[in-house]
Amino acid sequence: MRPLSGGLKAHLTIKNESAMLDQTHFDTLPSRPGVGYKSQHYSDIMANPAPVGWLEIHAENYMGAGGRPIAQLKHLAERFPISVHGVGLSIGGEGSLDADHLARLKHLVGWLKPASFSEHLAWSTHDSHFFNDLLPLPYADATLNRVAAHISQVQDVLGRQMLLENPSSYLAFAESTMSETDFLRELVKRTGCGLLLDVNNVSISATNLQTSPQDYIDDFPLDAVGEIHLGGHDEEEDETGAPLLIDSHGKPVVDPVWSLLDYTLSRSGPKPLLVEWDNDVPDWPVLAAEATRADGALAAVTA
Amino acid sequence: MNVSQVQFQAAMLAPDAATPEGLRNPDGSAASKRFDVYRNNVVVSLADALETAFPVVRKLVGDAFFRAMAAVYLRQHPPTSPLMMFYGEAMPAFLADFYPAKSLPYLPDIARLELALRHSYHAADGTPVDHDALGQLTPEALMRARLHLAPAVRLLSSDYPIHSIYVANTQPDAPNPAMQAERILITRPEFDPQLHLISATAHACINALAQQKTLEDAMRLVENENEFSATLGLLLAQGAVVQID
Repeated sequence: MRPLSGGLKAHLTIKNESAMLDQTHFDTLPSRPGVGYKSQHYSDIMANPAPVGWLEIHAENYMGAGGRPIAQLKHLAERFPISVHGVGLSIGGEGSLDADHLARLKHLVGWLKPASFSEHLAWSTHDSHFFNDLLPLPYADATLNRVAAHISQVQDVLGRQMLLENPSSYLAFAESTMSETDFLRELVKRTGCGLLLDVNNVSISATNLQTSPQDYIDDFPLDAVGEIHLGGHDEEEDETGAPLLIDSHGKPVVDPVWSLLDYTLSRSGPKPLLVEWDNDVPDWPVLAAEATRADGALAAVTA
Repeated sequence: MNVSQVQFQAAMLAPDAATPEGLRNPDGSAASKRFDVYRNNVVVSLADALETAFPVVRKLVGDAFFRAMAAVYLRQHPPTSPLMMFYGEAMPAFLADFYPAKSLPYLPDIARLELALRHSYHAADGTPVDHDALGQLTPEALMRARLHLAPAVRLLSSDYPIHSIYVANTQPDAPNPAMQAERILITRPEFDPQLHLISATAHACINALAQQKTLEDAMRLVENENEFSATLGLLLAQGAVVQID
């Protein structure tokens, strides 16, 4: 039981909203369920967030100068630990990081003081064109050096540790010379960054590349994990008839991913658990039900 | 075989281009359909962003036309920043030169209006002056005063009835637009941008105020004192004045 997370707490917090300003500050994400915040859920979350204990926002959606998005975020941050999840830094890019974008990120993280900041092992910008997708990179010495330098630059500019998320893979690079887990482990060693383990991405990559998701988890540096992601995916086939899973964040989390979560938690212990739902976003009760299921998975390893 | 990101992105945006060599299926064969996942993701996510940005343009041309037009636009104008909320800056100019849309000459100005609404929505907050702040000045001080308008204020002018077209496509039971030039003031009293149909003279007057001309200079641009009072009253009531010098 968590008696303070229900409707009574919500009621009291709203009444004392002005008194709460600047008094609450959340330095860490709790090992509880969180959800990707969508503005259509604002009233529901403020009224009764149970069992949701923290929220994740996409950094780029809060880089405007003001208005409703920033105002909502300020209210949410008074009540919930916030994880800022970047989708546009292009840490795996061949070119240098976009200095303007890094400055915008520093500004956001500076005033919001979120409990966590994370980005992706991917690239999205080339030659100043941004493709709004997480594109893959080969795992080899040259990419390792480049990504490590970018992570160190981000951590230096932001003045804090970042978490790096494992990608969804649809294909493999002939030029790769190391496994993804070795690549991530080496990045942690070189930069001191933490990791964001997306078990949906593990499931997608393992299916697509025909490897074992449990082996991946066994080889993953779980001590470095600061957050776990869950999400939905689409199922297709490639031209040879082999299964091809596509990361869509537009559906409920499937049972094999819940099982992989249980397997992971049994090795890692409790972690902050995020349910991502970015496309065809459902009404709040549907998303809250996914968070409740995540709460159950946590309870199984906490007891 | 190494795949550079320049090769990857070039193939991604060209639907008929060959998949870059060095990308593999699990059985070691060349990844073709798997590469198409990235092609599809990029095109769909950018087209979706344009649909979100330009709902009235989309309504005017229809879903299928918009999607086909977006596929051309996003290849000519990929985003130049990760701030997708401002994607589509080149849409007015693009539509002005887009031959299949020639029969809707007002379309570029509707796109301009939708961009202005978006910028107003995300603009910095301003603290409005009191409604009677101007009334407290002496007549001489009033004429010498210069106003600072809120960051969310926008002005548009079109040879087409852009206000009537916008309203007819966003509100039920709105009258049919009559073919005439229209000017719009956008304010943001709280969080939602508001559209106001204003006269050509009021537009010129507010434009002068936005450039920090004195009230005396701005007053010369309106028809009469009544229109000047009404224009200032609208700005004050909408919280559009944040400072008086």
